[in-house]
Amino acid sequence: MSQTLLELVQVLFLLVVLLALVKPLGGFMARVYQGERTFLTPLLAPVEGLLYRISGVQPDDEMGWKRYAWSMLLFNLVLFSGLFALLLTQHLLPLNPQKLPPFSWQLALNTAISFTTNTNWQNYSGEQAASYLTQMAGFGLHNFASAATGMAIVIALIRGFSRRKSSAIGNFWVDLTRGTLYILLPISIIAALLLVSLGVIQNFSPYKTVPLVQSVSYDKPKLDDKGAQLKDAKGNPVTENVIAKEATIPMGPVASQEAIKELGTNGGGFFNANSAHPFENPTPLTNFVEILLILLIPASLTYTFGLMVGNTRQGWMLLGVMILLWLLCFGVLQGVEQAGNPLVAKLGVSGGNLEGKETRFGMVASNLFTVTTTATSCGAVNSMHDSLTPIGGMIPLSLILLGEIVFGGVGSGLYTMLAFAIIAVFVSGLMIGRTPEYLGKKIEVQEMWMSIITILTAGVVVLILSGLAMITPSAVASMSNPGTHGLSEVLYAVASMANNNGSAFAGLNGNVPFYNLLGGLAMTIGRYIPAVAVLAMAGSLAEKKYIPPSLGTLPTDKLPFAVWLTLVILIVGALTFFPALALGPIVEHLTMR
Amino acid sequence: MKDIKPAILLFIVFTVICGGIYPALVTSIAHALFPDQSKGSFIHDKYGKEIGSSLIGQPFSDLKYLWPRPSATAEFGYNSSASGGSNSGPTNPDYLKTVAERVKALRDSGITGPIPAELVQASASGLDPHLSPQVARLQVPRIAKARGIPETMVQKQIDAATEQPQLGILGAARVNVLAVNLKLDTLTP
Repeated sequence: MSQTLLELVQVLFLLVVLLALVKPLGGFMARVYQGERTFLTPLLAPVEGLLYRISGVQPDDEMGWKRYAWSMLLFNLVLFSGLFALLLTQHLLPLNPQKLPPFSWQLALNTAISFTTNTNWQNYSGEQAASYLTQMAGFGLHNFASAATGMAIVIALIRGFSRRKSSAIGNFWVDLTRGTLYILLPISIIAALLLVSLGVIQNFSPYKTVPLVQSVSYDKPKLDDKGAQLKDAKGNPVTENVIAKEATIPMGPVASQEAIKELGTNGGGFFNANSAHPFENPTPLTNFVEILLILLIPASLTYTFGLMVGNTRQGWMLLGVMILLWLLCFGVLQGVEQAGNPLVAKLGVSGGNLEGKETRFGMVASNLFTVTTTATSCGAVNSMHDSLTPIGGMIPLSLILLGEIVFGGVGSGLYTMLAFAIIAVFVSGLMIGRTPEYLGKKIEVQEMWMSIITILTAGVVVLILSGLAMITPSAVASMSNPGTHGLSEVLYAVASMANNNGSAFAGLNGNVPFYNLLGGLAMTIGRYIPAVAVLAMAGSLAEKKYIPPSLGTLPTDKLPFAVWLTLVILIVGALTFFPALALGPIVEHLTMR
Repeated sequence: MKDIKPAILLFIVFTVICGGIYPALVTSIAHALFPDQSKGSFIHDKYGKEIGSSLIGQPFSDLKYLWPRPSATAEFGYNSSASGGSNSGPTNPDYLKTVAERVKALRDSGITGPIPAELVQASASGLDPHLSPQVARLQVPRIAKARGIPETMVQKQIDAATEQPQLGILGAARVNVLAVNLKLDTLTP
């Protein structure tokens, strides 16, 4: 027990380090996006200017919301097309020492959408499918670009609040460039080198072969000339006994990918096992660094927001709500995972549930990672969510279904949270009979519509698609676990894609047309409809005049509003998803008794 | 329409910066400062040949070796070219059958009392190089007997390959299984 208590200290440690970084980074980001001088300006301003000259960007050319949204969509379309083409042609291109074949078009479509939308859902196994060029120039680039896109959108929304009677919300190209150059790249370089020093690999070598100390004999399925599995007269697969004397150890530029994968809340693993793989996450300290990287920008953006709207307490209040929900979810997950699986205990086994967890992280650091990666839209995993206990698995699922607002994705988390704040202000306004105002701006029909679209889009997609999956035989056949757990697998998959998370109950075989194509649709809708709605709201807010707070204004930077906002979030989430959760994890939990 | 040009050109420029210069820069600094870690923390034999990575577990089932955790990788356990977990759900009957078989195998090897979850539940990566010290200790009598050496000698190798939680609080104490087994093979009774 004292062991567990000791492990729990690391949660506190994480919070302290995170909170110490929020103010400096949040302040830095506010200066970057407002075009003010920072300590990196002497170094990066010439590069920034050069990029604008090459690409024909006029940095002071302010955009209205429609042009801002159009530029964002256009850039994302180019990003998608580039990666789609790269995946189909990687066998013809350099930096492919393993001579990996191209992706099938369906898989390439799903994967290209996945990385463009900051989802990083992976229907392939990294070490067996993606060349080094694909990892770096494809996935790596998208990790930066999709994160910078999310940050640009939330900054535009914040400008909507802070500007008065303005028709413009900023320049997308400038926000994109500054976010990448001043924020994402410098932190990634430092983080990548730190990770290498702790054991994460970074090289371009071909995969290595080493002798096994003890060779292994196993039955290997025999294949015919076309690569299909041979079957005997009874239809059973024909196997031959093979002795493995060597191990093939994959290599690659992992650390540079790992840093931005966490920092940009992307989550796409270099290897199939993602952040559970010892080369991606070799020690408890790298695990700590990776969790910190995931939370860093989403948490700091709340301070950026507070600064830019002229009241930092507004930002601290939102951060407080996020930390509260995060701790609450961690507490439940830790409790049920530590208690273990009663069906396994019956077999004479002692201890918490360690299926799909790594020894070096232990119980607490595994659960902390799980809660963090699904509270944000990261989706990297250091343990296998599919093997969590039923209630344990419901925690990451619920965090995703809530819309990833507990910190959330870089940018996307805060803008969805702000949409929730607007709903909370509106509902409380109705209850106390006042005109709803938030941050000195009147909340009217346009803002309500856009907030509702932002919050409900993913939920509607999840419910429709999981229903559709249940009546599609190929989608059902993809389940790897029978019964109610299979439903949880499907629900998790569509929730993860529609909310742009990317983690999985990975037993589900997603590389079938149903999930490749409909999943691609879910990711596209889940990313861009809320994003455009948020920009429309930014445009409408920016045009409004500022109303100074009066006696009748609901203070949104005080504790009562924080409690109210938490309740609104939980009620909206529960009303939307309780029936589906009841049929999946809750029934499974009850059958374990 | 005037935004089509920056969309395409910025895509190209960022591909070069984020997808090319950034990983190349990190690689060159990493190779200069951390050559061993960046290449995979390999263990070398006395001739300098790579005989395994200290971060990647290997399969062991012989009585004379310290057994690692179960692994659910494709084809055979600890297949380092195909990382991954079992993804078995907690109520899956096939999974519970597998766990029961593992419990039986451990009982047959002489372990009495409750079986630690770590020895019957597969890791997430399938390549977990570690075991908890208390779980490694349970295997000492079997290894000592198979090798005909004193138990203290086996325990000494385990202690030598044990790492404590980092900074005193991060993660759990852990024994590197491959390091123990390589060392055991060099001992003579």
